Amino acid sequence: MSATHLQSSPFTVRRGSLAPVLLLAGSVVLYVGAALWTGETKMLDAEGVVGLLQRMVALGVVALGQTFVILAGSIDLSVANMISVAAVLASYIMQGRPDMVPPAVAAVLAISALVGLVNGALIARLQVNSLIATLGVGLILQGLLSASFTNFAGSVPPEFQLVAYSAFGGVPYSVAGLFALAALCAWLLRATRFGAHLYAVGGNAEGARLAGIRTDLILIGAHVICAVSAGLTGLYLASRLRSGAPWVGRDGVYDLESIAVVVIGGTLLAGGRGGVAGTLAGVLLFATLDAVFNMLGVSAYPQLVLRGAIVVLAVAAYTFRAKGHVA
Amino acid sequence: MTLVLDQRRPASRALALARKVNVAVIVFLVLYLAIGLLQPTYFEPAGLMNFLRRAAPLAILSAGQLFVLASGGFDLSVGSLITLTVIGGSMLTANDPSRTWWAIAALYGVGLAVGLINGAVVAFLKTPSIIATLGTLLSVNGAAMMWSGGAPRGYLPDNFRMFGRLVLHDVPIVKIFPIAIAVLAVCGALAYWGFHGAVFGRRILAVGDNPRAAELSGVRVRSVRIGVFVISALAAVTAGIMLGGFGGVSVDVGLGLELQSIAACVVGGVQLMGGRGSVTGAIAGALTLFALFTLLTLLGLPQPLKETAQGLILIAAVALGAWRRRRAV
Repeated sequence: MSATHLQSSPFTVRRGSLAPVLLLAGSVVLYVGAALWTGETKMLDAEGVVGLLQRMVALGVVALGQTFVILAGSIDLSVANMISVAAVLASYIMQGRPDMVPPAVAAVLAISALVGLVNGALIARLQVNSLIATLGVGLILQGLLSASFTNFAGSVPPEFQLVAYSAFGGVPYSVAGLFALAALCAWLLRATRFGAHLYAVGGNAEGARLAGIRTDLILIGAHVICAVSAGLTGLYLASRLRSGAPWVGRDGVYDLESIAVVVIGGTLLAGGRGGVAGTLAGVLLFATLDAVFNMLGVSAYPQLVLRGAIVVLAVAAYTFRAKGHVA
Repeated sequence: MTLVLDQRRPASRALALARKVNVAVIVFLVLYLAIGLLQPTYFEPAGLMNFLRRAAPLAILSAGQLFVLASGGFDLSVGSLITLTVIGGSMLTANDPSRTWWAIAALYGVGLAVGLINGAVVAFLKTPSIIATLGTLLSVNGAAMMWSGGAPRGYLPDNFRMFGRLVLHDVPIVKIFPIAIAVLAVCGALAYWGFHGAVFGRRILAVGDNPRAAELSGVRVRSVRIGVFVISALAAVTAGIMLGGFGGVSVDVGLGLELQSIAACVVGGVQLMGGRGSVTGAIAGALTLFALFTLLTLLGLPQPLKETAQGLILIAAVALGAWRRRRAV
């Protein structure tokens, strides 16, 4: 298994896994269909499509991180809270001053890496169930954050807002950043020893351990990557909202949605199989649904009801053929 | 077993008895002692009764969650179902006390439907319950908001609020007796019978321990799965009806209660991913958690730190369980 990963190019779609292609085709049909049906054809020009891609950024970045964790057979439910912490911390440290941008970014990256380290150590070393460990860490983060901040804290200087609002040759920096990050993740998974070991740990942790892989280090590594990606999403949201508030992560339901898009993209929830292409396609589907709901004028609450149903059905589309028992 | 025990010295017999008592019971008693030392009214019968009244909804919810956890699943939709119950109750009764009983019946119908959907999605579509019930959480929350137009206000009719609020006075010994405690006692007895008395409880533990083995020995795994989600949903509706009596109608009554109920069970020694648990543990865990929240409030800690404490407890309880299991092997 790891040998084929090492040989294949980082960007090829896994043979036998049509999920990303189907999701891509489905999203395009849905988007174009809704635009034509509602007569909003301006959604189909370059600007409209870039707008669609920009909807992908926040969820996309954190979902890329979640892909690593799920591939390793773990899960991270603390990402939404981590995103809030990152967004608030960034804007609080910056206080609208451009010279404080580098220390703020460094602080966010350091803290998110530390949170990932704690998650990973709890799961790999203390053998705490991954759902509970990350749920607990999420609660701890949210409690500390909400006790310290009750509203938008600080602000982001205009220079940092360029991250979300500026573009080069029609392509926003944020969209380019998402795809660059995706390429980096694909390379990590397909072309490095760490990636090969990650698939091995997710496929059969005990087998990987017996083969001499330091499964604990791989798990910790995956969790650090995931938490840092949540930190990056927080930075992006702070830039887009011009300030961070303690509820930005929870309001975005990033914990559930990042898991949902990874699973919809064809990555097994049990770990060991899947990849970046599927996750990106899943994120595209969710961004498309958002855009389509808006074009059709579905209001916020029915959207919530539909979203819940769509998440379950989309995951069920993969799971209902499973032979064994699922709890 | 008793024979062996009888030959020991009395001290070790007491120790053996203490081992049988759920750890959560002891932790609860210690915490309650601390609360009472800070605020002596908690040592009076009325103080204890009021404490139990306010803890009753979480205890009932945890007893329901226990069934799902013991079968190896999770039910994350209970918090949003509580919100839907309170909002739905106010919409259905529309301040008319004569509609209360009909509304309660309808709410149990809604709970039954949500439980059946959760169970069917897990049993037939094989979607892991954590995803399935998170999806239900979103949908049920959305439905509650749609129903109320996003900004519910006011109070439920008095006879609806009775279950959470009514307190009988001049009762011998305890002085006051809240109806909520009677509801808790009935629900607790029902749960105890279902989990420890009936064959159904054995089947749940068998499914949680090893679903394939349970299936081979003739347990209808799908029915058991659907059953546990229905029980959990009905417990949530009951808790929702009681919480509706505590305060006004709002969109965040049930917020975070799904995690609190899971944390309560974990503290009470229920094993996640199934196979072990007890009703006593779940209820004692809920009382422990509630006592801790009360203690934190008495100590003057900001409200959000409740979440932090809950996270720490959750991790500590599971880590301790994992450590003890590793040591036992």
